[in-house]
Amino acid sequence: MKKLAVILFSCLPLVAFAAGGGHNEYVVKAPVNLQDKVSLQNGAKLFVNYCMGCHSLQYMRYSRLAEDLGISEELVMQNLNFTTDKFGDQMENAMPEAAAKKWFGTAPPDLTMVTRLRDADWVYSYLINFYEDESRPFGYNNHVFPNVGMPHVMAGVEADLGEDEFKEAMGDLTNFLTYTAEPVRLERERLGVYVLVFLGILLIPAYLLKKEYWKDVH
Amino acid sequence: MMGMVNRVVDWVDARLPVVDAYKRHMSEYYAPKNFNFWYYFGVLSIVVLVNQLLTGIWLTMFFSPNEGFASVEYIMRDVEWGWLIRYMHAVGASAFFAVVYLHMFRGLMYGSYKPPRELVWIFGMLIYLALMAEGFLGYVLPWGNMSYWGAQVIISLAGAIPFELLPGISPADAKEIGEGLTTWVRGDYLLSTATVNKFFALHVVAIPIVLLALVVLHILALHEVGSNNPDGVEIKKNKDENGIPVDGIPFHPYYTVKDLPGVIVFLMIFAVVIFFFPDGGGYLLEKPNFEPANPLKTPDHIAPVWYYGPYYAMLRATTIDFIMSSKAWGLVAMGGAIVILFVIPWLDRHPVKSIRYRGIWSKIFMAIFVLDFLMLGYFGTQPATPGKTMMAQFGTIYYFSYFLLIMPFVHKFEKSKPVPERVTGGH
Repeated sequence: MKKLAVILFSCLPLVAFAAGGGHNEYVVKAPVNLQDKVSLQNGAKLFVNYCMGCHSLQYMRYSRLAEDLGISEELVMQNLNFTTDKFGDQMENAMPEAAAKKWFGTAPPDLTMVTRLRDADWVYSYLINFYEDESRPFGYNNHVFPNVGMPHVMAGVEADLGEDEFKEAMGDLTNFLTYTAEPVRLERERLGVYVLVFLGILLIPAYLLKKEYWKDVH
Repeated sequence: MMGMVNRVVDWVDARLPVVDAYKRHMSEYYAPKNFNFWYYFGVLSIVVLVNQLLTGIWLTMFFSPNEGFASVEYIMRDVEWGWLIRYMHAVGASAFFAVVYLHMFRGLMYGSYKPPRELVWIFGMLIYLALMAEGFLGYVLPWGNMSYWGAQVIISLAGAIPFELLPGISPADAKEIGEGLTTWVRGDYLLSTATVNKFFALHVVAIPIVLLALVVLHILALHEVGSNNPDGVEIKKNKDENGIPVDGIPFHPYYTVKDLPGVIVFLMIFAVVIFFFPDGGGYLLEKPNFEPANPLKTPDHIAPVWYYGPYYAMLRATTIDFIMSSKAWGLVAMGGAIVILFVIPWLDRHPVKSIRYRGIWSKIFMAIFVLDFLMLGYFGTQPATPGKTMMAQFGTIYYFSYFLLIMPFVHKFEKSKPVPERVTGGH
């Protein structure tokens, strides 16, 4: 019956490649690195300055962001919080949903978990793939999300920075949104290593105990 | 000190047979000595069950069915260790099905449902059924968009029951009964937090009680008749002068110490998923579930979680309206596919229990069945295309043929090997 087991398990990879949706030639790899605090901080700065007028991060607290990104409470409250919200509050914005629907055709979604809803590559590619299109209400269209309701908010930034630096900035923004989607991710992976080491060590005496007891089974 | 412990044990034992129970189920429960790899999945099911119960209790302390989505994020972000408990519970659900499927496959391979173990199998199947209900209810609770649309699809099945086939019920009446039934299941005219509250009660109280009772019955029935083994040899036929099976060894300590490393290896695999791949590439936590339930936004592709895949594929495989709607036929296929598993002990008329000593055709058909089940599972999670639907139809036909045509008759067309008197192999 070992053969059957082998067949069974060799089929598992068949099941594994099934994830993922439709292909878009413009979707490229996002430069995500959660260890890079400078990048995360820059992403946070870009988010509150350019995105947060319309998009909230309603599951993310200012205080958590400050702690994880290594920014002091004072700096956060001065430079990243433009609302009347307190330090321990979640990063909401003031845009009324009904009005937003009227302005853009659809209310701008909350972005706390956008990189888990789509994925980081999609978000990054979306951000760098706006192009001029006079037929659209705001004069821009997007290769990754055709006929999107969102205007090219970053048009000014793109013009100021030039292509390479703009891509880097959008990488930082994507990196930040990858962080907000799961703030505990780094800690989770760090802890996982210790858990596996612990279980690996525990396996040794457990196995020896089994061997010892089973010596007399013939 | 020991004297005192003994006195306490004696005191209790005079009032409740704890010593007798310990002997019956542990130190003097004789299990065949030739258990192999496949025999780990029973104990692993218990490990995962305990994991689900404990993490579930802690999640209940922080979860609010009225704000399903936000309260899951609250657990993930603001509750101390909430993320770990939540991942253990969510990944644990998939782990539960993984070990239970392998446990069932073991039974299928070694004929563990054959007399005198029919009741063990039936209790096991009831556990599987309760588990499917539990999994579905739990899947709805986080109230993400896939929770919403998945629930929408499954609850609508109640409206597909062909009541018009009953005498004296017109199609219009049948429609009304179906609508009434779906409203009753939802607890509201639309899927809403009323539904979530209802499902929450069923998920954390009702089904777990049933599940625990069934697990106890499953184990009691097993210990009454004794475990089967990879050779399908009845060890009770060969006893020594003390009435102990010659090929049996006491469950404790032999199998407790053997299960221990197995459990640790399982926990390592479990930990790898929890700590490094908690989404399982969109298979364990699906992408659309990272946005709140939205009745106006249908996900591109509504897929069930992987463990319902085979049945969902069969549900969608029926495409012809004949007497009943094709959806009602799908319901029949899906329900039938599960019901048929209950009667396997009577469908399998092979004189040989274990696949080891059955003929070549039994092995080939079983291998195809495994591939068929995996294929159906895969198609169940994929968007339907005409080609895939056709494959799912073939898969459904083979699934039923395997149980109804192959199982009862295959022994007439093959030559089995002689079954040994004693079990083979010691470890």
